[in-house]
Amino acid sequence: MNLIKFLESFTDDKLYATGTSRRNSFSQFGNLGKGLALASLPFGLSALSNKAFAADITPTPATAAGALQLALTLEYLESAFYATAVDSAGLIPAEDQAAITLIRDHEADHVSFLTTAMEANGIAIPAMPTFDFSGGIGLDPFNNYDQFLAVAQAFEDTGVRAYKGQAGYLMGSDFLTAALQIHSVEARHASQIRRMRGQKGWITLNNSGGLPPQVQVVYDGEESTALGAGQFDAAAQSEAYDETISTQTAVNIANLFIV
Amino acid sequence: MENRVITKDENPTLTSRRNFLKISGLTLAGTGLLLAGCNNDDDNSGGSSNQLPGIRNGVFDLGGGDFGVLTYAYALEQLEADFYTKVVNDAAFSSFSEQAKDILSDLQKHEVIHREFFKAALTDALPNPTTQLLPALAFTYPGVNFSSQSSVIDTAIALEDTGVSAYNGAGKLITNPDYLVIAGQIVSVEARHASAVRDLRNPGSTDFANTADANGLDPAKKPSEIAPVAQQFITTQFTATYLP
Repeated sequence: MNLIKFLESFTDDKLYATGTSRRNSFSQFGNLGKGLALASLPFGLSALSNKAFAADITPTPATAAGALQLALTLEYLESAFYATAVDSAGLIPAEDQAAITLIRDHEADHVSFLTTAMEANGIAIPAMPTFDFSGGIGLDPFNNYDQFLAVAQAFEDTGVRAYKGQAGYLMGSDFLTAALQIHSVEARHASQIRRMRGQKGWITLNNSGGLPPQVQVVYDGEESTALGAGQFDAAAQSEAYDETISTQTAVNIANLFIV
Repeated sequence: MENRVITKDENPTLTSRRNFLKISGLTLAGTGLLLAGCNNDDDNSGGSSNQLPGIRNGVFDLGGGDFGVLTYAYALEQLEADFYTKVVNDAAFSSFSEQAKDILSDLQKHEVIHREFFKAALTDALPNPTTQLLPALAFTYPGVNFSSQSSVIDTAIALEDTGVSAYNGAGKLITNPDYLVIAGQIVSVEARHASAVRDLRNPGSTDFANTADANGLDPAKKPSEIAPVAQQFITTQFTATYLP
């Protein structure tokens, strides 16, 4: 069971600051009030939601193979997300088309690269999950560009943390360098998406930049100043380093978007 | 194969040329960087991993193994921190765009933090930091016009991309998993920087991440491949005999 899925729906996010987008975002529920009422249902009534939990992914082993399996699943998620977005007529403004299309291509490249590498080394290829990019909280990223960028930011910042969290399992493996090479590309993407949203390219403290509280877990721990060397302030110290996330946390985040 | 040292011709316009670096009582002329690694066929030489940083034949060598990699990273962070500190303290900085000032000010802080972290961590971890800690290096920026935002941004792009490829290439040289994670914590921030300064130069383009190859992988470079880029900026003489 993945408790994070049952967290109450966000109510004060800036993504929903305008009446129009707020209403649109909950259109699947018919109206805003109904959406909030559903979100506030107690756990025992969760079967009423449109999410099915049986297909949740589970943590991968703490091995090089497991690291690659988790990486591939996260790349499936990103690749499907951007491919759908680029194919959604009218979603992406002209000035952002080139950037988003490049990211789409990179994520597809990563899926292809990892799949090929794993097959060549006899590592089991995980099945592609069925994704629900509403996140189970009524997001509509393929009709609402602000929401698209918000989800993209969460995915990219998650990817950066997840690859870093798996690096130790890849030590001594031929795949460590390749994983680092993907990791830095994800970080370039993250910076770009964040800046498209009017955020800094780097993460200040554990500030999500107005993302729904359901994905706050993407930023929890980023406020660390452990390596800050006493320079400047906590904000700068936290920005200067990205933090890792565990396999379990990466899986929990992915499962928000898997049905 | 013998390790060979590569020297760079002295730049006659360079006043820091005349600076001298004092290490452990030795006075060394800074005659240009020599970040000269072993040849490629030395990559797997078993005896280099426990070579500590320090003076060899009158020149500071970065050493091998984890300390060598950390000292190499410390040198690169010194370079970045020095560059951005010069940028933000230049009289012309106030004339840069607000966006450029915001980004470059953050980069200066981040790189100083990285530099000071490595200094503190190495001082703690080295058996004898008095002789084994890389001293403060001296730098020059030929061709960089600190009054010009575009010149500064171009240099920032070169430094950030170099940092990303250097850390990507150094990861496999690290044996302590804690150090590997720290390198990972830094390299992704360097990549965020690289993306931002690239987009600043050419907004709305694919420049932020068009460094990746056909597999979607960013470059990864060995220390000996990073040398030519770093050589443009570091005037203090040192060697990297025990890094590939």
